[in-house]
Amino acid sequence: MIRLCVLDEIPLGMARPFVVGGTKIAIYRTREEQVFAVADRCPHKGGPLSDGMLAGDQIVCPLHAFRFDRNSGSCDQPHVCPVTAYPVSVQNGIVSVDM
Amino acid sequence: MIVPLNTHRPRLVVIGNGMAGARLVEDVLAADPLKFEIVVFGEEPYGNYNRILLSNVLNGSQDAKDIFLNPLSWYAEHGVTLHAGQRVTEVDTVQRIVRAGEREVTYDAVVFATGSRPFVPPVPGTTHHGVFVFRTIDDCENIASYAEGKKKAVVIGGGLLGLEAAKGLLAHNLEVTVVERSPWLMAMQLDEAGGKVLQETIEALGIRVRVDTGTAEIVGPGSVTGVKYEDGTLDETDLVVISAGIRPNVELARAAGVAVERAIVVDDQLRTNVEHVYAVGECVQHNGMIYGLVAPLWDQTKALAQQLTGVGPTACYTGSKIATKLKVMGVELASMGVIRDLQPTDEVVVFSEPRRRVYWKAIIREGRVNAACLLGDLGPADDVMTLFQRGGAVPERRLELFFTAGSQRKETSYADLADSHQVCDCNGVSKKTICDAIRAEKCTLPAIGKATRAGTGCGSCKKVIKGLIEAVAGDVAADPSENYYVPAVPLDKPALLAEVRKRSLKSVSAVLRELGDGSADEKSKMGLSSLLHSVWNEEFVDERDARYINDRLHGNIQKDGTFSVIPRIPGGVTTADALIRFGEVAKKYNVPMVKITGSQRIDLLGVQKEDLPGVWRDLGMPSGHAYTKAYRMCKTCVGTEFCRFGTNDSTGLGIAIENRFQGFEFPAKVKMAVSGCPRNCAEATVKDVGIIAGEGGEWEIVIGGGAGASVRKADVLCRVSSKEEAIQMTGRFLIYYRENAKWLERTYDFVPRIGLSKIIDIIVNDSLGLGEWLDQEVQKTVNAFVDPWTEANVPAYPGQFDAGRSIPLNVLSS
Ligand SMILES: Cc1cc2nc3c(=O)[nH]c(=O)nc-3n(C[C@H](O)[C@H](O)[C@H](O)COP(=O)(O)OP(=O)(O)OC[C@H]3O[C@@H](n4cnc5c(N)ncnc54)[C@H](O)[C@@H]3O)c2cc1C
Ligand code: HEM
Ligand code: SF4
Ligand code: FES
Repeated sequence: MIRLCVLDEIPLGMARPFVVGGTKIAIYRTREEQVFAVADRCPHKGGPLSDGMLAGDQIVCPLHAFRFDRNSGSCDQPHVCPVTAYPVSVQNGIVSVDM
Repeated sequence: MIVPLNTHRPRLVVIGNGMAGARLVEDVLAADPLKFEIVVFGEEPYGNYNRILLSNVLNGSQDAKDIFLNPLSWYAEHGVTLHAGQRVTEVDTVQRIVRAGEREVTYDAVVFATGSRPFVPPVPGTTHHGVFVFRTIDDCENIASYAEGKKKAVVIGGGLLGLEAAKGLLAHNLEVTVVERSPWLMAMQLDEAGGKVLQETIEALGIRVRVDTGTAEIVGPGSVTGVKYEDGTLDETDLVVISAGIRPNVELARAAGVAVERAIVVDDQLRTNVEHVYAVGECVQHNGMIYGLVAPLWDQTKALAQQLTGVGPTACYTGSKIATKLKVMGVELASMGVIRDLQPTDEVVVFSEPRRRVYWKAIIREGRVNAACLLGDLGPADDVMTLFQRGGAVPERRLELFFTAGSQRKETSYADLADSHQVCDCNGVSKKTICDAIRAEKCTLPAIGKATRAGTGCGSCKKVIKGLIEAVAGDVAADPSENYYVPAVPLDKPALLAEVRKRSLKSVSAVLRELGDGSADEKSKMGLSSLLHSVWNEEFVDERDARYINDRLHGNIQKDGTFSVIPRIPGGVTTADALIRFGEVAKKYNVPMVKITGSQRIDLLGVQKEDLPGVWRDLGMPSGHAYTKAYRMCKTCVGTEFCRFGTNDSTGLGIAIENRFQGFEFPAKVKMAVSGCPRNCAEATVKDVGIIAGEGGEWEIVIGGGAGASVRKADVLCRVSSKEEAIQMTGRFLIYYRENAKWLERTYDFVPRIGLSKIIDIIVNDSLGLGEWLDQEVQKTVNAFVDPWTEANVPAYPGQFDAGRSIPLNVLSS
C-alpha cells in the first residue's frame, strides 16, 4: 500500500488527484465516507476524472459526461474501455492505495 | 291567436334560423341566458345546420346528419321556442308583431337573419325537372337523388360555389360542365391570368369548363335535356345546378318599412332605421358592403348580442375583411379582398410558375395587402392572409411577402391565443372548445373535426389545430417526469420551490434527502445548487460537490483539462492599463491563446488549474461568469458617446446593467445587449434581454431572443423612458424567469412557452402584484453578490486548485 494523504485532504463528495510513480489517479471520498480510487484519465478522450462529479455509484467525466462505475470501472457507453480502479484503504485517518 | 307578452322578460324574436340567426341566439344566451324570452322562426323544417358544409355533403365526404349544429332538442333545452318550417310573412313594426301565417308573436326586439337565396337568371326553362339551386340541405338531397343513374350535368356559374357544386357532382359519377358568363372563372376573386390557371386545374380534375358563355335557355320539355347558350350551341344534359350568385332576402323587411338598398341597411350597432328592429348576416348591408361568407357574421352576432343583453352596450361591428379558400379537393386556392380593385398607385406583386400551375398575386396599397389570390400552392397563404387581415406592413423587399414571410413570422405561440379566440372561422369554434376536446382525448384532426367541427370547413385552420394538439396533448400525454425540475426530485418547479421554502431546505443534500427519490445524479445536483443559491442567497449552504467543475473552478474546462479565464469587461469598454495587464498575465503564465470573444471580452485560453488563482490575482478583475448558468454579459454599441447616429447612451446603460446583474444565477445562461439606436449594432434583438434606444430618450426592451443553433427574434416587452426603468423592468423579467423557467430552459423557449401577452401582463402591468417582490429579489441577489475569483486567496475546499501531488513509488511504499 502507498500512503497518499490524510482523509481530510480529500474534499467531501469530490476527488483529489495524485501522481503516483508517474501514474495519475483520482481519489474520491463520498458523503457516506467511502473512499475509492480510479485512474485520473478518462478512457474516452482523456478527461480528468478527478474533476468529475459523483452520481450515486458512478463517476461522471467532466468533458463529455460518460459515466464509470466506481467499483468495476465499467463505462455506461458501449465500446468504451473500463477505467482502472485501484484498491484503497483508510486507517487511522490515513489514505493508502494499492497499485 | 296572440301569444301574450311575457311580463317578466322582454321577448326577442329572430327571423331566420340559418348561420346568423342561430349563432345570434347562442351569443345572446352566452352573454345573459335569462335576459330574453327567445322565439325563432325558421323556414327550413330543421334545427340549424352548417350551410358551408353542404359542399362536403354533396361530394359525399360528410353525412347530412353530421353537419347539424343544434338539433331541435337543443332549442327546448335552452328554453328557446323554435317555429321550424314556418315562414314569417309579415312584421308589423308599429304594433310590434311578427306574423307567420296564422301565428302572431309580439316582440320587444326583432332581428332579421333571413340570409339570401340563389339568384336564378331569367331564362326560359328554369322550372324543368332536374334544375336545382344549391343552398339548403334539401337542395343537396334532391340533387343527390336525382343524379342517381344520370350521365351529364351542367353547372351554371363558375364562382366559388359553382366549382364546389361541380366537384360534388363528379362524386356522383356525372360528366360535369361548368359554364361561366365572364371571360374567366371566379371573376370576383381572380384576375384573368389566375382564372386561366384555375381553369387548367379544374379541367385536370375532369371537369369541362366553358367561359365567356351566357345561358340562353334550359331545354325541356318536362325534364331538362340540355342547355342552350347565347352563341347558339347546345350541351345535352340530365341535370342543371344554377349557381349564378345570391340575392339577399329583403322583401319581408322592405314591406315592414325597413330601409333597404341592395340589402337591409344597418349601422355599426346592427340597427335598422326602425326602432327595435335589427338585422345580421347575409341579408344586411353595412357601410355599403354585403358579405357572402360566414366569418363576418360571427362578428356581427357577437356585437349585437352584447348590445341587446346590455353586457356590452358599446359593442359595435365595424366591417370585415374577407378572405376565403376554395373547399375543392385537388384545387389550392386562397383569395382575399377584391383583386379587380386596382388603382394606378397600387403595387402589384406577381409570381407565376406555369408548369406547376402556381400563380400568386398581391395588390399592395400604401404598404398593406389590399387584395391577393394564391393558386396551386398555398405555402405563403396563411402568412399573407394574416397580413391582409391585420393590415400589417408588407416587407420592404416585396418579394419577401411570398418567399420569406414564413421565416419572418414569429412562431405562433398557441399559449398566447385567448381561450375565446376563434380558431375555425367556418364553424365558429373557439380555442377553448378545441382544447377541451383535446383534453377529452380527441387528439387527431379528424377526431377534433368530429367532436367540434373545427377544421372541417375550408381547412385553413388545420395548422393551428395541429399546433394546439401538440401544445395540449403534449403535456397531457407526456410522462410527468418531464415536468420535474431535476430528475432526482419528483416535483415540478413551483412545487419544489414551495417545499424548499416551507421546509427551509438550504443545501442540495438536504433537498435530496427530504424530497428526492433516492438517486443523486450530477444534473440534479447542479440544478438544485443553482436554484438554492438564488432562493437563499447568503444563507445558501454551498456544498461544492453539487457543482460542476466549471462552477468549482470559476472557469470553463477545455478539452485538455485546462481552463479559460474571461474577466468581466463591463460594456466591452476597456483601458490601456487593463490591456497591458492582460498582456503581462498572458506572458507570465504562458497562456497559449488570447482571444477576443463574441461577447466583447478577452479570453485567456489554456490556463492550468493550479495557475488560476495567480491569473485572477494578477489580472485584478472580477469574474465574467462565462462558464456557468448565470448572467453572462451585456454587449453594447458605442451609442451617443461617439456614434453619429446614437440617440441614447447605450454604453452607459450596458455598464450599469452589467454592474447590477453580474453573478445572478439562472436556470440557463442569460445574455444581454444594449443598442444606441434602431440600427441595433449590438444585435440586441437576438439576446435573452435586449434594449434598443428609440427617439426621444425612449428604450425598447425585448425578451426571449437568441442566435445559436437556432435563431429567434426577441419579442417586445415594453418601452420605457429612462435607464432606471429599463434596469427595473429587466430585473423584474429576469427574476420572473429565474422563478418560473425549467432547468436549462433558455428565455427563447421560456417566453413562447409562457406566452408573451401573459409575461407583459405580469411584468409590465403587474397583474399579479408581483412587482415589488421581484424588485426585492433583485436587490437581495445584488446584495449577496461575491466575486467568485476572490477564492484565489481563500480556497473553498482542500485541493481546489491542486493539479496532483506527486508521490514517488519507492519512498512511500510499505
Ligand atoms: C354550398 C355552400 C357553401 C358555402 N361555403 C362557404 C364557405 O366555404 N365559406 C364561407 O364563408 N361561406 C360559405 N358559404 C356562404 C355561407 O353559407 C353564408 O354566408 C351564410 O350561410 C349566411 O348566413 P345567414 O344566416 O345570413 O343566411 P342563411 O344561412 O342562408 O340563413 C338564412 C335562413 O333564414 C331563413 N329565412 C329566410 N327568410 C325567412 C322568413 N321570411 N321566415 C323564416 N325564415 C326565413 C332561410 O330559410 C335560412 O334558413 C357557402 C354557402 C353555400 C350555400
Ligand atoms: C456547453 C456549451 C457551450 C460552451 C462551453 C460555450 C462557451 C462560450 C464561450 C466561452 C463564449 C464566450 C463567452 C464570453 O465572452 O463571455 C461563448 C459565446 C457565445 N456562445 Fe457559447 N458556449 C456553449 C454553448 C452555446 C450554445 C448552446 C449557444 C447557442 C444557443 C451558444 C452561443 C454563443 C454565442 C452566440 C456566443 C457569442 C455571444 C455574443 O456575441 O454575444 N453557446 N460561448
Ligand atoms: S446601434 Fe446606433 S448608436 Fe449604436 S453604434 Fe449602431 S448606429 Fe451607432
Ligand atoms: S473524455 Fe471523458 S467523457 Fe469524453
